[in-house]
Amino acid sequence: MPRKLVVIGNGMAAGRVLDELLARDPDAYSVTVFGAEPRVNYNRIMLSPVLAGEKAYEDILIHDDAWYAANRIDLRRGVAVTHIDREAKQVTGADGSVTSYDALLLATGSSPFVLPVPGADLPGVVSFRDLDDVDAMLAAARRGGRAVVIGGGLLGLEAAAGLAARGMDVTVVHLMPTLMERQLDPSAGYLLQRAMEQRGVTIRSRANTHAILGDTHVTGVRLDDGEELPADLVVMAIGIRPNAALARAAGLEVNRGVLVGDDMRTSDPDIFSVGECVEHGGVCYGLVAPLYDMAKVAAARLDGDATAMFTGTLTATRLKVTGVDLFSAGDFGEGDDRQEVVLRDVARGVYKRVVLKEDRVVGVVLYGDTADGSWFFDLLRRGTDVSQMRDTLIHGQSFATGAPQDPAAAVAALPDDAEICGCNGVCKGKIVQTIAGEGLSSLAEVRAHTKASASCGACTGLVEQLMSLTLGAAFAPATVEPMCGCTDLGHDDVRRLIRAGELKSIPAVMQELGWKTSGGCARCRPALNYYLLCDWPEEYADDARSRYVNERVHANIQKDGTYSVVPRMWGGLTNPRELRAIADVAERYDIPAVKVTGGQRIDLLGVRKEDLPAVWADLNRAGMVSGHAYAKGLRTVKTCVGSDWCRFGTQDSTGLGVRIEKFMWGSWTPAKVKMGVSGCPRNCAEATCKDVGVICVDSGFEIHFAGAAGLHIRGTQLLTRTATEDECIEVIAALTQLYREQGRYLERMYKWADRTGVDVIRAAVVDDADRRRSLFERFVISQRKAQVDPWAERVEGHDAHEFTPMANLKLLEAAE
Amino acid sequence: MTEWIDVGLVTDIPVQGSRVVAAPAGDIAVFRTADGSVFALRDRCPHKGGPLSEGMVHGHAVTCPLHNWVISLETGQAQGADHGCAGKIPVRIEGERVLLAASALQRYAA
Repeated sequence: MPRKLVVIGNGMAAGRVLDELLARDPDAYSVTVFGAEPRVNYNRIMLSPVLAGEKAYEDILIHDDAWYAANRIDLRRGVAVTHIDREAKQVTGADGSVTSYDALLLATGSSPFVLPVPGADLPGVVSFRDLDDVDAMLAAARRGGRAVVIGGGLLGLEAAAGLAARGMDVTVVHLMPTLMERQLDPSAGYLLQRAMEQRGVTIRSRANTHAILGDTHVTGVRLDDGEELPADLVVMAIGIRPNAALARAAGLEVNRGVLVGDDMRTSDPDIFSVGECVEHGGVCYGLVAPLYDMAKVAAARLDGDATAMFTGTLTATRLKVTGVDLFSAGDFGEGDDRQEVVLRDVARGVYKRVVLKEDRVVGVVLYGDTADGSWFFDLLRRGTDVSQMRDTLIHGQSFATGAPQDPAAAVAALPDDAEICGCNGVCKGKIVQTIAGEGLSSLAEVRAHTKASASCGACTGLVEQLMSLTLGAAFAPATVEPMCGCTDLGHDDVRRLIRAGELKSIPAVMQELGWKTSGGCARCRPALNYYLLCDWPEEYADDARSRYVNERVHANIQKDGTYSVVPRMWGGLTNPRELRAIADVAERYDIPAVKVTGGQRIDLLGVRKEDLPAVWADLNRAGMVSGHAYAKGLRTVKTCVGSDWCRFGTQDSTGLGVRIEKFMWGSWTPAKVKMGVSGCPRNCAEATCKDVGVICVDSGFEIHFAGAAGLHIRGTQLLTRTATEDECIEVIAALTQLYREQGRYLERMYKWADRTGVDVIRAAVVDDADRRRSLFERFVISQRKAQVDPWAERVEGHDAHEFTPMANLKLLEAAE
Repeated sequence: MTEWIDVGLVTDIPVQGSRVVAAPAGDIAVFRTADGSVFALRDRCPHKGGPLSEGMVHGHAVTCPLHNWVISLETGQAQGADHGCAGKIPVRIEGERVLLAASALQRYAA
């Protein structure tokens, strides 16, 4: 009969204890976990990349539902514990349940500190601690406007950089004279301030918040000197406070945090505590490395190992703001017994400072070039005597130790007990042994087995070098697939950087992102053209030279160099006048083939290029426009006859299809988009293998999406149901806009949905009404410039050079 | 003595684009690159005869619209793993005018 372990809290520290414990003995305990947050365990230190748009929620999950199930852990999600009865060894949940324990683990974490000023509880004031905060910040950023971040520490700056990258006008209000004063000296603080200002963030140092202004929602912040900063969003990032109330109520010894000894036991030997709620040796920790050290000791003790000790952890800090390299560790206050070595290169934005005491490193600050961070941190932790290399110490490992400059060789030269992953305390020897012993060959496997590089990811490069050293040529680093040979960046990076850097032309993108070719290639140029068109719909001028020929001449090139022309037939409806015009055109221009397409319209095949404008003019005269049969955009909306004619029809599916097509035509998307509307579940319009399909039912409209019937056959998934046509169209437009903003060029909707997750998409376009509305509005804005019939433009003479030869030497010869 | 035929102005050709010159022996594609150079090739991809004049121009190369072969504008040769040559026609720029070598045009007529 296994012993019963109850865990209160489901954050990173608790999750790590369980990982460690399961690795030691999966059957030692039957485990119940109470998590007050409705979510499963995720990597909180990656909230900044989520905010900046570099990662999504799924990327930062540590344990998903399947993990709890596989390990037979009873997860009480969204249930807080309200009482601990130490006599009876039982805990009471907020749901009234009573659970008994043999061992109890308290991992209640911490809460953000909230400034005790008027207005601190107004809507629009958030902290930066969990995904709800990030969601609130993202929602605010989508509306644009101004944000004030209170606190210029690590979290505050990451929040500020993320919001600025999302397009908000951001001011950081910081009490102290320089930023991150606990980790940085004033010189590095200045360099950091300059880098933040270059990202468009305004820094107000020596500024104290007096009040937060607003009646029903925050409108601004008033400083002590009376100045008022307007704000639509206020983020408080001024520190954390251990959550110790439950422990205190249970009569455990509590100071600032829950007091624990080196064995991670509280004053009750059956109750352990780890994480940010803990106070050990007078210190409360807020970084991940010490939490993981605590978890390792707690797991060992729970497993009966009486020797495991937590003796405190030296912590190193890295700022997670893309493009700002900053590392600090240890103590760098000034003192008579201390000396410092400084290297300053303001032009290059490099600053390094090493603080020495009795020939040993006690503190290090690196700014701009942090490659040697691990090496300095290693010297610091070991207390290595550096007197022999003091002259060259500041230049880093390769110079100071005479080791070669090659980074791979530098990694090879590291001793086995050199720490590689600071978050998880994994050293080189452990990684190398595990790679060899377990036969690992991918970064994901190394992360799974050793935890190295599994948290903040800053050491990923080092881990990859170790893999390369151990495996030789067998190791192929799993990097992001670049867009094409012109760049090392993947589609998502390019897109994010286009938005963050407000890059608004193809040359600007290539210049700023360091394209390796002078003019791109046929793979990247159309992608960039699409991204710019989608992101800056009102400003960007389409670049015809970066369009594939079909989209440039608005017809489909055929194998013999002739073209096919497909006029739009809204929802598949046509009439005698249109059919007569099509017949006339086919005869007048000797069009060899006329075919009915799968999308309920008519294709004219074999049109000579020079005839295209005249063909279009004739079709235009009969009221027809381009069907965009060639476009990475909305193609067709296929319909059945619906309630007008069909004895089974529940709604006017034809009418809805026409409405959708008239609203959405002309929009450019990452890949083609085909839609269908069926009037009843018999589904005669085959809506359930379309990118977006609507099935009408008596009570309204089922919206399905992410189907395909081409290279791959895929049934759709149900997105949601709506009662009215208007709601149905709003959801479809919001879905399409989300796909436009997130899909990679040429990535069909079903592939995007696979990659992103149907639940995540549903949360954005169904559950979050604000988000749906703003997506819908962005779609409408984009349509204003997109809904122009390209045929009519060309009939008017647009791009006339496309359709006539530059010179005709045949005529010349005939004349001679 | 090479004979040169005037086919029009440099500015008739869009930058990073191309125009067709209709010739008795088949169309010629005249390209203008981002750096202002002008090149001429037979308007037939050596792969399956796709019209190179409809391809995307990048650097000194064009990608065929039919199957994405990349053809060098400087030599007419297919790049990368593909092999084949779209005949190159010598070009001369006089002032703003584009001239093509008549002899090369005739060669393809043969």
